[in-house]
Amino acid sequence: MIPELGQFSLILAFCLSILLGSVPLVGAAKGNQLWMSLARPLTAGVFVFLSISILILAYAFVTDDFSVQFVAQHSNTLLPARYKMTAVWGGHEGSFLLWTFMLGGWMLAVSIFSKSMPIDFVARVLGVLGILCTAYILFMLATSNPFDRIVPLPPQDGADLNSALQDIGFIIHPPTLYMGYVGFSVVFAFAIAALLSGRLDAAWARWSRPWANVSWAILTIGIALGSWWAYYELGWGGWWAWDPVENPPLITWLFGTALIHSLAVTEKRGVFKSWTVLLAILAFSGSLLGTFITRSGLLTSVHAFASDPSRGVFILGILGLAIGGSLILFAFRAPLMKSNFGFDLVSREILLLTNNVILVVASASVFLGTLFPMLYQAITDDLISIGPPYFNAIFIPLMALLVLVLGVGPMCRWKKTSVSYLIEQLGKIALASLAIGVMLPTIILLQVSWVAIVAVTLAAWIVLSMLKDMANKTSNKATRLAGLRGLSLSYYGMQTAHFGMALMLIGVAFTSEFSEEKSVLLAPGEGVDVGSYNFIFNDTQSITGPNYVANQADFSVSKNGNSLGNLNPERRIYLATGTPSTEMAIDAGFFRDLFVTLGEEKENNAWTMTIYVKPFIRWIWLGAIFMAFGGTVAAGDKRYRRVRQRYLKREEQASAINLQLAS
Amino acid sequence: MSRFNFFIPAIGFFVLSLILWRGLYLDPKELPSMLIDKPMPEFALTTVDGNEISNADLPNRMFLLNVWGSYCLPCLIEHPTLMRLAEEGEIPVIGINYRDKKQLALGWLRDNGNPFTFSILDESGRFGIDLGVYGAPETYLVDADGVIRYRHVSVLDEGVWQQDFLPAINKLQAESYAQ
Repeated sequence: MIPELGQFSLILAFCLSILLGSVPLVGAAKGNQLWMSLARPLTAGVFVFLSISILILAYAFVTDDFSVQFVAQHSNTLLPARYKMTAVWGGHEGSFLLWTFMLGGWMLAVSIFSKSMPIDFVARVLGVLGILCTAYILFMLATSNPFDRIVPLPPQDGADLNSALQDIGFIIHPPTLYMGYVGFSVVFAFAIAALLSGRLDAAWARWSRPWANVSWAILTIGIALGSWWAYYELGWGGWWAWDPVENPPLITWLFGTALIHSLAVTEKRGVFKSWTVLLAILAFSGSLLGTFITRSGLLTSVHAFASDPSRGVFILGILGLAIGGSLILFAFRAPLMKSNFGFDLVSREILLLTNNVILVVASASVFLGTLFPMLYQAITDDLISIGPPYFNAIFIPLMALLVLVLGVGPMCRWKKTSVSYLIEQLGKIALASLAIGVMLPTIILLQVSWVAIVAVTLAAWIVLSMLKDMANKTSNKATRLAGLRGLSLSYYGMQTAHFGMALMLIGVAFTSEFSEEKSVLLAPGEGVDVGSYNFIFNDTQSITGPNYVANQADFSVSKNGNSLGNLNPERRIYLATGTPSTEMAIDAGFFRDLFVTLGEEKENNAWTMTIYVKPFIRWIWLGAIFMAFGGTVAAGDKRYRRVRQRYLKREEQASAINLQLAS
Repeated sequence: MSRFNFFIPAIGFFVLSLILWRGLYLDPKELPSMLIDKPMPEFALTTVDGNEISNADLPNRMFLLNVWGSYCLPCLIEHPTLMRLAEEGEIPVIGINYRDKKQLALGWLRDNGNPFTFSILDESGRFGIDLGVYGAPETYLVDADGVIRYRHVSVLDEGVWQQDFLPAINKLQAESYAQ
């Protein structure tokens, strides 16, 4: 009975979404205040019923209701409670419910934090989101209902959650990623509302910016969590594999990064308006495409849910409606918007445009590489796979170029900057970066590594030009401290995020270049050296977990004779499915990670195993944390809070003028 | 800027959707083997029962080569179909016990029944690499001359047997009559 309530609640949310996707939009078009004002209560209603729906699904999991097909497929009586609750997103149906619920949450947030915007704009934004929500719920009800029952004979026990998913990473990665992903729908809805109303001005950009920044920050964290999880759970020693399902978040992220930069230009200078709108549409398209690829079975991947062409056709329909529709709207409306092009060839506008072009090219290359195997199959009927070499060959030089521009951009002035000024400001910085880049890694490593030299030079370039810029911006104040206080939050946000980029760059370069790994067969008592570390395999013991049994190995780790403690990797067998799974042991550190994965047992208690030393790998995720923090800080700038007063003042003036005209 | 330029994104997207739509009806699992219409690679291994075996021991008629493992759950799904084929004598089935342990493999055959004329033991996965195996289960159709003619990745159930294998077998038989 209770699962039917969940289903019923989903249907109610559907009905309210239909109203939300129509009434406020019509109201906004006709200027009907009452119809427009329905947007907020309808949004609250949709959110409430989506929440009830997802809670009931979680309840079905917690109470082991295996008559619900989705529960039977993804849970088991032995599954620990925390995984039962989160198994809600352990498969296609439930994770799509989570996705839709996230959209509901964002809609609610828009309806609450939009007091400063005019009601017709809010009505349009929520209306557009309502249409999306309607499509998502319809998709669930029609093709992937999480509340479907197994009648008349439900199974005694469930099939269990995929063992690779039984981990903390599974609890936090999908919700964060989805939240970031879906956040771009809000920015998209702002863009569509602006196109519909024809009001594509600085105010629109200012309203969109905090939402774009926050979504971008959450998406950054979501992707980083996925990378970290894959690193320690899948045990292949990598942190990014260019998997077809990893790529769409990256595509979205790259478009999103371009978008937050472009929005800055549109807000501050009123230019690139149509370009910014297009980026908002593209970033959202990236997120929808990610859903499509994961859920349609279009590509084979470790992430892909079960393939089903009927779902694929449905999602393609949603894709066509949302992206196709908005691009056509864009084609008709965008030419009407005039940008005043008043800037020189050397100016911050141009540098930000360069940033955008690089990011969009990078994104398009990743997109092409992801879909190319499918394109190839569609045309030739043969299968090929595009490996990391393609992505690396394109992506790495583009990012290096981006970092070069990044150093100059913040230093540059709007409208016009003289080349001689830039050379005066940055010439010494460039030389200093190069000197640090050549000397630091060479002295520390006692060897010449080109990768390290390039990476350290670029990172030094980011950090030094950043410090120089801060010094410039605070030099005309009485004291440095007063100067630093005078800088805006959005400036600090930008610099924090750029600093994160420097950290990530070092992490990526050093991990790729200096990682060491050894696959060995060791009997108890034997040891092996990897890098400057010594690993001794002591023994194994059998242990029993809640829903698995395991062999746990014990390793002593030391460096130059100093003990660094023990590592205990496991080889588990999950009872419900008999799936083996390996749990690696990691000794994490700021400058290096050590980790051991256990393979198989051979004769005489000897085990195969792989041991890795990964220098600087934490810096990759640390960089992502800095970026996300920067994005969030920038969203908190007081400029966005002041909008309200300013807008109200303008409204008052406008109505005063109207009154004068009327009288 | 010409107004037409603003339509470029929409047109690009339209083309992309057509491709995606076409892509939905392609099966990424349908991996063509490098070895289709090539003879089976040379091998000299043992069976799970410990007998030595090489290419010369393969049947002189058309047969199925099924990649399996005791760890492989989908193999249990296709197991009844393989049992039926073997019991009814429709076609001999030869197993490749892929990346498995001998004891576990023997236990699995004892518990579930043995549809295989014999199973080649490929503990290291080396033979699987020569054959281009993607993972268990996987099934190859090999003709009387020891040439691989068809490959199916993933479960071989009755439906797949009727839809994919029977037509492939009929085609091969028609070819051999024609010669």
